[in-house]
Amino acid sequence: MNKTNFLNPFKAIKYLFEKPKTLRYPFETKEIADRYRGFHKNDWDKCTGCGNCADICPNKAIIMVKIDELIAKPEEGMKDERPQLDYGRCCFCGLCVDICPPGSLSLTKDFFHIHFDTDTFKFIPKDEKNNKEIFKSEDDYSIFNASLSHRKENYGGFSPDIRYALFEPDRIEMPEIEPDERKLSFIEQVIGYDKDQAREEAGRCLECKLCEEACPAHLKISDYIDAIYREEPKESLEKIFEDNPIPSICGRICMAHCEDACSLHIRGDSLAIRWIKRYAADTIKNFKEELEIHPGKPTGKKIGIIGAGPSGLSLAYFLRLQGHEVVVYDELTGGGGAIRIGPPAYRLPLEAIDKDVNYIKSLGVEFNFNTKVGRDVKFEDIFKSNDAVFIGIGNTISFSTRVPNSDKCIFALDFLKDNKIGEMRKVDKNVIVIGGGNVAMDVARETTRLQHIQYPGQEVVTKTVSLEDWDELPATDLEIKEAKEEGIKFNPAWGPKEVVLDDKGNISGLLCKKVKSVFDEDGKFSPTFYEEKEKFLEGGMIIEAIGQRPDFSFLPDELNKKLEFTERRKVKVDENGMTTIPKIFAGGDIVNINLDAVTAIADAKIAAEGINKYFNKNQ
Amino acid sequence: MRELELYFGPQHLGMVGNFSITLKVEGDRIIKASANPGYLHRGFEKLMEQRTWIQNFPLVCRINVVEPDHMELIYSMGVEKLAGIEVPKKGKYIRSIYCEMARVASHLFGAWAYANMLGFDTVANWAMYHRDLLLDMFEELTGARVYHIYIRPGGVRRDFPDGFTDRLVKTLHKIGGKVPDYNALFFENRLFKERAEGIGVVTREEAIRMGAVGHTIKAIGMEYDIRKIEPYAAYDQVDFNIPTRTGGDAYSRLLAIRDDMIESVHMIFKLIDKMPTNGEVCTKTPNPFKWKVPAGEAYVRCESSRGELGLYMVSNGGDKPYRVHFNTPSYNHGLTVLEKALEGESIADVGNIMISLYVVPPEIDR
Repeated sequence: MNKTNFLNPFKAIKYLFEKPKTLRYPFETKEIADRYRGFHKNDWDKCTGCGNCADICPNKAIIMVKIDELIAKPEEGMKDERPQLDYGRCCFCGLCVDICPPGSLSLTKDFFHIHFDTDTFKFIPKDEKNNKEIFKSEDDYSIFNASLSHRKENYGGFSPDIRYALFEPDRIEMPEIEPDERKLSFIEQVIGYDKDQAREEAGRCLECKLCEEACPAHLKISDYIDAIYREEPKESLEKIFEDNPIPSICGRICMAHCEDACSLHIRGDSLAIRWIKRYAADTIKNFKEELEIHPGKPTGKKIGIIGAGPSGLSLAYFLRLQGHEVVVYDELTGGGGAIRIGPPAYRLPLEAIDKDVNYIKSLGVEFNFNTKVGRDVKFEDIFKSNDAVFIGIGNTISFSTRVPNSDKCIFALDFLKDNKIGEMRKVDKNVIVIGGGNVAMDVARETTRLQHIQYPGQEVVTKTVSLEDWDELPATDLEIKEAKEEGIKFNPAWGPKEVVLDDKGNISGLLCKKVKSVFDEDGKFSPTFYEEKEKFLEGGMIIEAIGQRPDFSFLPDELNKKLEFTERRKVKVDENGMTTIPKIFAGGDIVNINLDAVTAIADAKIAAEGINKYFNKNQ
Repeated sequence: MRELELYFGPQHLGMVGNFSITLKVEGDRIIKASANPGYLHRGFEKLMEQRTWIQNFPLVCRINVVEPDHMELIYSMGVEKLAGIEVPKKGKYIRSIYCEMARVASHLFGAWAYANMLGFDTVANWAMYHRDLLLDMFEELTGARVYHIYIRPGGVRRDFPDGFTDRLVKTLHKIGGKVPDYNALFFENRLFKERAEGIGVVTREEAIRMGAVGHTIKAIGMEYDIRKIEPYAAYDQVDFNIPTRTGGDAYSRLLAIRDDMIESVHMIFKLIDKMPTNGEVCTKTPNPFKWKVPAGEAYVRCESSRGELGLYMVSNGGDKPYRVHFNTPSYNHGLTVLEKALEGESIADVGNIMISLYVVPPEIDR
């Protein structure tokens, strides 16, 4: 070892003349990284209260707490809970941010909190929008006061990024028949998931159960989805049957309120809950043989059900399982009611309906088809011979536009009914459909198929006319998209003025007038028009699809008078589903405003409980 | 002379971490040393059996306070092996760069501990400052300074931020530029050399028999490095050397650490040059609430800054690991090699030797 080596350490003397590296905190602060994982903030406008953050938290630092102001103002698809952090437990890993489906939860650059009260470390995060008092502007912020109740605004750190999310935002695409092929026939459009696809799609479910709250019939969705994920379709279907006895039908045409509420829906595609239900129902080939569901012990009570639609079928099933004797009357040749005639065969084939109906029949429910109450059997007889009566007749009388010559038009329901269970209608090459709802879409899309079948290779046109403009159309977006794909022309914001006839008295077209507004200031339906702005649509056939109402003519006069209605012209029922006439219960489209199958099932659930309560009370 | 039993640690200035050694001494010579771990047992391996696959990755990093990153890496590698998950190419490069950053930071921390222990306070402060510069880079990349929680099964959590590699290169140049000063004040300082040379010698036979790894055997001239033997992440994509020494004493070990650090910096530059600019950094893993890893067992290993780090993991097909066991380098070094190396040394060199073996007590008590 030489001498220079010994003197080497003195080289460090040069550092005496450098500026100190130490920061004089807090007077000198350091820039904090953009991804810093500090205290949470939560955008309450986006947060759904799904609780995934609480579920994934490895330290159980997050719990969901009920919030009074949210209980007071319930919002659809949102829970009345919000996450609460316990900073005594939080390890700031940020898993909660990566799992948050709406991306409302994020971390900030704040990390200071000093307090004598340990309870202050329990904290319900909000953001600067929802809590202006805590978040201070640059000028008002002081590092000396920094704490959970004194934070800097726009001080975001680790934030959600859909590319790195822990969940899968994209849905497994449902295989479908291409538009060009499907418009040529009534082949079922949706092919259905296979085993792997169903399992993979079911694997996306985060089990937050927002869907179960949104579903009118409150199906145990996350349970039956999980059973599919575990490849137990039988267990899954039995779970579905607890709340919904028509899975083959609902697996195809349910309005899927659940999917609108799905927490994945906010930044990605909602879980395909309906298609998974369909997979469960289609995979089990024979319900009777494979499911372990049996009717209860006979109770000696007898219930008459008028209408074999979704509400009637469901009620029959629920009551039969409790051991009651159930008789169902329906004027159609088979079960399903409006579902049997409404949804076209490309969406809901008769086989799917009959699968559910036959299963309910096999449990011992007596069905009287081709039996119109009031014509073939008297209502009074049913009323007398049963311990309770349920009316689920649905809306069967079509409204007319009542413009000049409108008697030459065809009603949507008659058209759909003939095509589905009668003889196919002969259509014109050029058809106009009046209406903008889902029924109008069904009619238009059926017409297109009939045109292609009846005029192969020729040019055919189907147009729709609706009072509502694009943004107001009552039909679902998917229906509109698929209709457009099939070449249907839309004329939104036009109202019918006159059906124009040619010399021979046949329809030659529809004269339309421009719509000024559809609803009045109170939101009530009251269309106004620009009478002078006219448009003529050519067409040899016009179908009216503008709504329907129920037919109560079968009720004897004294009962008809007693039957009360709500402001929206719906049958008034109490919390047990009973009408203003004792012993008579009601449900389905005549009661609810949703006008769909799953709400009818929900009505049936209420009525089933109500009928049992009624029996217990009158024993 | 009379034999005495002496308790060295856990409350001892010369002790690093919560660890204790019982010494049998005669005068100031050590006749026998027995390591006495257990002060830091937190039951991680057991705790991991109660957490789901995804919940475990924020936990594993806490096993080694100084260098959490290789713990994250080894856990993710284990899960990937069991579940058959392939990491995207860019993710592999990021993992390698990230782990080399961790190695440099960890060695700087080691240099701090060693210098501080021997009273070289100036060097200790430099090392701490330079480590801090790297922690800034970690903060920018991962959002945290110590427990980064960045590598997760499937890849890494986030891509590099814009311009990150440029800033990283700049920081590494800044640290690398100080190597001559470090040499002058510490590594080649005569005072230090006299303190460390010939101390705590581990022979080749002993090292092999006791399962010594890392720079302890690199200081005996063995080129044993998992990055070469069984390349993981992107280590097979770049060329690098394994610096070795021949002395087998504390001084050689420290120089092996220094050379390793310099080699790591060069490797980061090479990795950055070859890293793909586009592409995924993480493979999508299944829904964390439904994730079940197929039944089976896996053993994976990587080269942490302390040496070979292994993980044995068993899954019974459930949503949580059935059993997790870490084979940490400090376990061998702190319990067997240390006892052997201390024999015949003086009391004043206990801390000296322990740090040169790079023992991190939290790794021993898991």
